[in-house]
Amino acid sequence: MSEDNNNIISINNVSKFFGTVIALKDINFGVKKGEVHALLGDNGAGKSTLIKILSGVHNQDIGEYLVDQKPVRFGSPRDALDRGIATVYQDLALVPLMSIARNFFMGREPIKKFGPISLFDQKLAYQLSKEKMAEVGINIRDPGQAVGTLSGGERQCLAIARAMYFGARVLILDEPTAALGVKQSSIVLKLILRAKKRGISVIFITHNPAHAYAVADTFTVLNLGKSMGTFKKEEKSKADIIELMSGGQELENLED
Amino acid sequence: MKEVEESESPNERLRKISWLQRFLSKPEFGSFAGVLLTFTIFIIFAGDSGMFASDGAMTWIIVSSYLGVIAISACTLMIAGEFDLSIGSMIGFAGMMVAIPTKYWGWPMYASIMFSISVAVSLGFVNGLIVVRTKLPSFIVTLAFLYILRGLCLTFSIISTNRTIISGVGDLAKGDWLAPIFQAEVGQDLFKWLGKMDIIATNEGDPLVTGIPVICLWWVGLGIVMSFVLLKTRFGNWIFASGGDAEAAKNVGVPVNRVKILLFMFSAFCAAVFGICQVMDIGSAAADRGLLKEFEAIIAAVIGGTLLTGGYGSVVGACFGALIFGVVVQGIFYTDIDSNWFRVFLGLMLLIAVIFNNYIRRKVTEKK
Repeated sequence: MSEDNNNIISINNVSKFFGTVIALKDINFGVKKGEVHALLGDNGAGKSTLIKILSGVHNQDIGEYLVDQKPVRFGSPRDALDRGIATVYQDLALVPLMSIARNFFMGREPIKKFGPISLFDQKLAYQLSKEKMAEVGINIRDPGQAVGTLSGGERQCLAIARAMYFGARVLILDEPTAALGVKQSSIVLKLILRAKKRGISVIFITHNPAHAYAVADTFTVLNLGKSMGTFKKEEKSKADIIELMSGGQELENLED
Repeated sequence: MKEVEESESPNERLRKISWLQRFLSKPEFGSFAGVLLTFTIFIIFAGDSGMFASDGAMTWIIVSSYLGVIAISACTLMIAGEFDLSIGSMIGFAGMMVAIPTKYWGWPMYASIMFSISVAVSLGFVNGLIVVRTKLPSFIVTLAFLYILRGLCLTFSIISTNRTIISGVGDLAKGDWLAPIFQAEVGQDLFKWLGKMDIIATNEGDPLVTGIPVICLWWVGLGIVMSFVLLKTRFGNWIFASGGDAEAAKNVGVPVNRVKILLFMFSAFCAAVFGICQVMDIGSAAADRGLLKEFEAIIAAVIGGTLLTGGYGSVVGACFGALIFGVVVQGIFYTDIDSNWFRVFLGLMLLIAVIFNNYIRRKVTEKK
């Protein structure tokens, strides 16, 4: 992956330590434009640490992080965001009591000037949030309705649509389907494919191989801080991936 | 509503929401209903008692106005997820800070007023700074200031006069250019004319009510401005976001700490306006002024539909809450009911309001 020259973001031989704990060891990983890359791993595999490096929360201790083939060192998530790398965390950064439109533009409200007074352009916010949600496949009747009334999948889509609208080239989705039912998950998975169609790269963190297999082009499997390798979809079966995630232990036996 | 009907969404389960239901889910609905109910009750029980004549009405309008000013700031601060329990003590303290420099240091009135407001706003800043820096509940931090400021109020008063009341301040305000903002009445000519036309009651040709006290204008003015800020500006969105989920708001770039500190300063400012107007009106400052006002302000905000947990509420609602409060407190004197009942009345109303608000909150945030 690292020798590939058209990666939007890639990391080479990255390691990260927390005190004596080796959180990540020699990870190589890259994402091309319009690629869906699933990052798989069981709990404690180092997925969170890796996305925190990618999203600018942490810096790696060893190794390189390249964006557009140039090394970067982000001081904060804001820096990563400025380069078009947006992370949607599990908490989604949504306020349930506030309306869809107000959530969509929270912190980045459109402004309408009336002389010295600048107003929150509610009409534009309503119109845009309705439009952008429709683009990700969620039809909203009323952008004024509280986010609390949306389903889990719809909230996830709102957070993703917001990131896309504010210029994400690379979307890092932290377990977007973890808390969702089957139908809700499929809404989110469909959205991942929509994003891909628009040329957005998606890093899809999950521990559900079925979800990963449904949408991803490539997989990286992490186990106990080490990479078990990166594969194209054609190279491995779902069963292979499950085996890698569990570190070679037979999981199928349990299914009897 | 029309476009809502038009957008068909076959794959989503969305309920049709009638305009009535939408109105019911507005935060100020409950208090609006409360206002109607309160007025109905008092019109029935005290309609012919003079409560709604010009001079009678003025008594509850003034009480509502004073409370309204601090209810507005308490409400916006609560929406941002914080409380200010130092409002009451700040009222007394701000009054002292006007009276002492004018009376004992020989300052001109305008300088004392500016001094008092600056001190109050700075204390508000300190309140806010401690809350956002220590991440302690504002309930506790401002409770400390409730005691600190009340204590200082007494101390300064005793040091200056050996008494807890500083009187004769009203006369010193005469001719001052800034004092009218806190003292004057407006529309005196109009009221004279109304009296002449026999529309309002008069006494030997002079109307009983000579004008609208300036505190009413503060109430209405601040209510309009803050409601506008809350609903129509970027800062208003930040207020809702800060109280709704501070962590989420921070993650999307809302300067939560700045929002909260500014609102603590606004809270102190409103308390200072209350205190200064009161000193000007009564003509003296006293160390016990504003006692329990912090709770009345919070009660008015809660009756107005503001959630104790933040993120939801309405300035208009808080103004209605203050109006209900004023009508009940003053109106009870005009009825045959023993006036001691008014606290029972208020307590019950608060309880009903909280239960109602909680129900609304569940309604708003419940998943489909």
